Amino acid sequence: MSASAIDLQQHAPNFWQSTNGKKIVMAVTGCILFLFLIGHLLGNLLVFAGPERFNSYAEFLHFDGTLLWIARSILIIAVVLHIIATVQLAIRNKKARPVGYSRKKAINSSYASRTMYWSGPIVLAFVIFHLLEFTAGTIHPGTVFIPGDVYHNVVTGFQVWWVSAWYIFALVLLGMHLRHGLWSMFQSFGVPHSLPRERANKRLALVVAVVLIAGYISIPISVLTGLLK
Amino acid sequence: MKLKLKIWRQRNSSDKGKFVDYAVDQVNPEMSMLECLDVLNETLIERGEEPVAFEHDCREGICGSCGFMINGVAHGPERATTVCQLTMRHFKDGQELVLEPWRARSFPAIKDLVVDRRSFDRIIEAGGYVSVSTGNAPDGNTIPIGKDVADHAMDAAACIGCGACVAACPNASSALFTGAKISHLGRLPQGQIEQDQRALNMVAQMNIEGFGNCTNIGECTAACPKEIPLEVIATMNRDYRRASRKSHKNHVRSVRPMTEWSNGSKLDIDPHATS
Amino acid sequence: MTLDARIPSGSIDKAWEKTLFDMKLVNPANKRKHTILVIGSGLAGASAAASLGELGYNVRCFCFQDSPRRAHSIAAQGGINAAKNYQNDGDSVYRLFYDTVKGGDFRSREANVYRLAENSVKIIDQCVAQGVPFAREYGGSLANRSFGGALVSRTFYARGQTGQQLLLGAYQALERQIRAGKIKMFPRTEILDIIVIDGQARGLVTRNLITGDLSVHMGDAVVMATGGYGNVYYLSTNAKGSNATAIWRAYKRGALFANPCYTQIHPTCIPVSGDYQSKLTLMSESLRNDGRIWVPKAKGDKRPPNQIPPEDRDYYLERRYPAFGNLVPRDVASRNAKNVCDEGRGVGETGLGVYLDFKDAISRLGEQTIRERYGNLFDMYQRITDEDPYKVPMRIYPAIHYTMGGLWVDYYLQSTIPGLFVAGEANFSDHGANRLGASALMQGLSDGYFIIPYTVGDYLAKAKPGKVDESHPAVREAVVAVQQNIDRLLSIKGKRTVDSFHRELGKIVWEYCGMSRTAQGLEKAIGEIRALREEFWQNVTVPGSGKDLNQSLEKAGRVADFFELAELMCIDARHRNESCGGHFREEYQTAEGEAQRDDEHFSYVAAWGYTGPDSAPALNKEPLEFEYVHPSQRSYK
Ligand SMILES: Cc1cc2nc3c(=O)[nH]c(=O)nc-3n(C[C@H](O)[C@H](O)[C@H](O)COP(=O)(O)OP(=O)(O)OC[C@H]3O[C@@H](n4cnc5c(N)ncnc54)[C@H](O)[C@@H]3O)c2cc1C
Ligand code: HEM
Ligand code: HEM
Ligand code: SF4
Ligand code: F3S
Ligand code: FES
Repeated sequence: MSASAIDLQQHAPNFWQSTNGKKIVMAVTGCILFLFLIGHLLGNLLVFAGPERFNSYAEFLHFDGTLLWIARSILIIAVVLHIIATVQLAIRNKKARPVGYSRKKAINSSYASRTMYWSGPIVLAFVIFHLLEFTAGTIHPGTVFIPGDVYHNVVTGFQVWWVSAWYIFALVLLGMHLRHGLWSMFQSFGVPHSLPRERANKRLALVVAVVLIAGYISIPISVLTGLLK
Repeated sequence: MKLKLKIWRQRNSSDKGKFVDYAVDQVNPEMSMLECLDVLNETLIERGEEPVAFEHDCREGICGSCGFMINGVAHGPERATTVCQLTMRHFKDGQELVLEPWRARSFPAIKDLVVDRRSFDRIIEAGGYVSVSTGNAPDGNTIPIGKDVADHAMDAAACIGCGACVAACPNASSALFTGAKISHLGRLPQGQIEQDQRALNMVAQMNIEGFGNCTNIGECTAACPKEIPLEVIATMNRDYRRASRKSHKNHVRSVRPMTEWSNGSKLDIDPHATS
Repeated sequence: MTLDARIPSGSIDKAWEKTLFDMKLVNPANKRKHTILVIGSGLAGASAAASLGELGYNVRCFCFQDSPRRAHSIAAQGGINAAKNYQNDGDSVYRLFYDTVKGGDFRSREANVYRLAENSVKIIDQCVAQGVPFAREYGGSLANRSFGGALVSRTFYARGQTGQQLLLGAYQALERQIRAGKIKMFPRTEILDIIVIDGQARGLVTRNLITGDLSVHMGDAVVMATGGYGNVYYLSTNAKGSNATAIWRAYKRGALFANPCYTQIHPTCIPVSGDYQSKLTLMSESLRNDGRIWVPKAKGDKRPPNQIPPEDRDYYLERRYPAFGNLVPRDVASRNAKNVCDEGRGVGETGLGVYLDFKDAISRLGEQTIRERYGNLFDMYQRITDEDPYKVPMRIYPAIHYTMGGLWVDYYLQSTIPGLFVAGEANFSDHGANRLGASALMQGLSDGYFIIPYTVGDYLAKAKPGKVDESHPAVREAVVAVQQNIDRLLSIKGKRTVDSFHRELGKIVWEYCGMSRTAQGLEKAIGEIRALREEFWQNVTVPGSGKDLNQSLEKAGRVADFFELAELMCIDARHRNESCGGHFREEYQTAEGEAQRDDEHFSYVAAWGYTGPDSAPALNKEPLEFEYVHPSQRSYK
């Protein structure tokens, strides 16, 4: 095996080129996306407060175009960075073990942690679908998409069983993504924990993820069960 | 007791390599995994075959020479135990054991179960030390160090450089090894002065060596014979983040990973020429 | 040949200071023009290489492991001595000097030992500055424990991994110099011969263990720090790779070999469990601080230890040596263990073992304290024996552990070959006939950090070695000889494996040149060793080729040298008609069965010279004078 087998960076990698730097970016962007999810959930739960409250909330979201776009662009940048980092690191990790093991047993890791590279992209696909359905309205199975009447859009949208099913599926994966991500975030950002603290934090991350996702899933469920109509 | 061993045989780095099955009959539950291989090798040699090459030296779990995968687990099923200390009583009579070398691009294969771990030395070389030359040291008690601090540093210092963390990591990341050294030195006042330089240089070297990136999966710490905790990885990331903010980029230097074996001067004597 | 140890005149406490001043210095600008070849990356080698690099010399460092960090020093557990007197218990440089000379049973060189005691203090400071995480008190000051052969508490430690932490300190210093470009490191490289030109050590013949290539390294001085030869016995506490090849080839090139028969048996090792056994595991001597050693009073009492009431137990060390009790020096502790087992009072399956009991300590200090002090040793014991030492007493038995003998060196650590310096366990220097616990690490680092860097410079400044290169006929001769030896081993293609020979050799040496020795036993041993060596060269089989990684070939070369060394050990043991330290001749013992020295006839260093393959080695004597510590019958009662 000769030296050329390793693609050499002649100069030392800078912050973004280094794996640790990228991980810090992932942690920060992941955190931004997480915060959005909380806000978004709180907003969405207004759906239970009836059409008027919910629609007015949506209106309020839209009342100032520039503010909205500032918010949106932050999200877009976060998602883009998060994904670029993910993809680059994924490629790197593939290269790091050219010859795989004939058998490999996991003895200490969660299923969620080992499937981040699946849960992530599926969530991405979901978000795109989601935007087309509720924001753009280009695909809106069931009934017609009424701009402004968000309540109508959501409820009629979820009355289509497979839309709800697809949501629930994607949301569960998002939950797994967060179960590992929320803990991993601190580790990557560099917040050292003693072992007991580490275990406690992992449990906390699990709880937060479950609560958040339960909150989201409650909406399609209530529609299917006819609670919301 | 009897065992079936399925062992990876590979003549050299260019050979493709394959698994070969061996039956070992007189296995004593008291013997270590390596002693079991000794027994196998004795019979192979007597048959005129080449023995299985594996790395070992101290056989006390401290030098870090030994190590391979047993049924997909680095250093085998026993926690906090190197293969040289793994006694056969942990296996069932008639069980099949698959022995495979560490696999990572930064640990090029050498022969059978032996791999080249010099990338670890180069990571230390990049900054895993305190720059104090012989002679200019104050009295050992000049700087008091709390017992808890010393113990915390010792926990990280216990790393034996075996490579199991890389082998066990799905991303072949050396985060635990690098983090252990950064934490050991960074927790002591003597080491704190160079904390930034150390983090930047060691991380740079670790990256250039081609190790994977840590996604905090946590297989490493479970495979680690010294149970180095994941905390050291967070510490490494923290030190790296802080140091990058202060940006010492211009000081960061890293050496070329080299995988060929230099023999110093090349010999222009024909050793076979009878004198 | 007359041996000049170059011991400085004048009072001993000024000797080293004076020497330092008398030494010639190399002009800083010229240092980088000198190449120094350091063999070994253990405590002695790594510390010497790093320090020489820091001074500006060009250093090439070699080890056979895949990384310098794996040198056998890594395995040292218990600790390292230093005369800091932090405990205020009356320790001093002089007391450490005194204890070491006495512990060595008055067979070591006073001046060397005094210098060792002086340096001990600086070693701790250096290691702390390097970030070695020594154990600390709650107040933040360095902690100490006591060790065999001393009544003061002067041993510094890092859990049960002191050697590891000290070596990593030296290794890191070494890596720093590699980074600085001052040291070039050659791992997986074995030294197979040294090249002597015009009577000076000028180079090495090395074999790359991966490619099998031979190559030559030329330099202005050679530092040999290749460790001890305890593996002559096959079963020892040494790492499997530890070998005598480098020092043995130096011996054959004209370096004298001193006191080869001085070998140390360590009292606290895990007993042998079967014939597949590949090595013996040490349980650090520090355990003797809190553990009490006993056997049943009655022969063949097979009751489980916990059911044997106190009155049926014989705490034989406490009984025979009230003053030191369980902390008597190693040779005494080992021999007593052997005796009680010979009396048939040994414990365990094989009857070759005694109990090391922590029950009292645990009830006195609590399990937590014990766990803090020895946790990892207890875990190791349980891992190997499947017994829980917190509940049942440990079973221990003596095993070969350390070799006090080694290449003869003068006060400057230079062998009889000018330019060949020897450091660490590889030389014979400081421990006489018996080494005290926790003083080998001290000696390795004293040699490497604080002696070699000066004395090598002094040599270069005075001897001014001229230019030589590979074209010299001596180089050719050495390389060809090495190659022929390799080819010969590969070509025998006999029936027996290298290990089977090594095992048999080990049994012979352990039986006749181990814990106790007799003239006729040694006679017998020499005969058997020669016969076995004959068979080895007829009937050994070494598979594979010399062109790649071939571990059998490596072993074969080492075992071939062990055969010759084993014979020299027996010759030396046979010639020394007295008992001293680790060398116990049954013919020479006191009424109570203690070692009986003969200062009138044997107060000298026996330095053997090579005279040819089949002729007897030549004995040279370095007389030992004791101006400060006057020889007395060692008493630990
Ligand atoms: C289990 C155990 C516990 C111990 N505990 C203690 C303790 O608590 N306190 C204490 O003071 N002492 C202790 N000792 C003794 C002490 O560890 C050793 O005496 C000391 O470490 C020797 O160091 P060294 O540098 O001289 O040699 P080593 O550390 O053995 O280094 C030898 C070096 O030489 C190299 N080498 C050898 N042969 C060749 C060759 N032919 N070619 C190339 N390179 C070669 C090796 O690669 C290695 O780098 C212990 C010993 C053992 C076995
Ligand atoms: C709502 C959207 C998302 C949120 C809230 C989120 C959150 C997070 C968080 C907090 C982490 C932990 C980062 C770290 O370990 O430092 C993470 C990791 C990860 N994310 Fe996301 N993420 C989201 C979307 C995505 C998408 C769209 C992808 C892929 C295309 C993705 C792929 C990954 C991967 C692969 C990891 C693991 C890598 C690692 O831990 O280093 N994520 N995510
Ligand atoms: C049951 C779950 C959810 C419901 C009912 C829901 C509902 C909505 C609605 C009604 C809108 C349109 C708001 C508007 O245009 O006025 C919207 C926008 C959006 N949703 Fe969701 N959402 C859900 C889950 C999610 C999840 C899990 C994510 C991310 C992973 C997400 C990301 C977004 C984004 C990025 C927008 C666009 C915001 C903008 O207009 O900029 N949503 N959601
Ligand atoms: S961190 Fe653990 S597994 Fe990794 S090299 Fe060190 S000791 Fe081995
Ligand atoms: S397993 Fe690998 S991903 Fe990180 S936490 Fe350990 S290095
Ligand atoms: S051989 Fe030293 S750690 Fe296993």
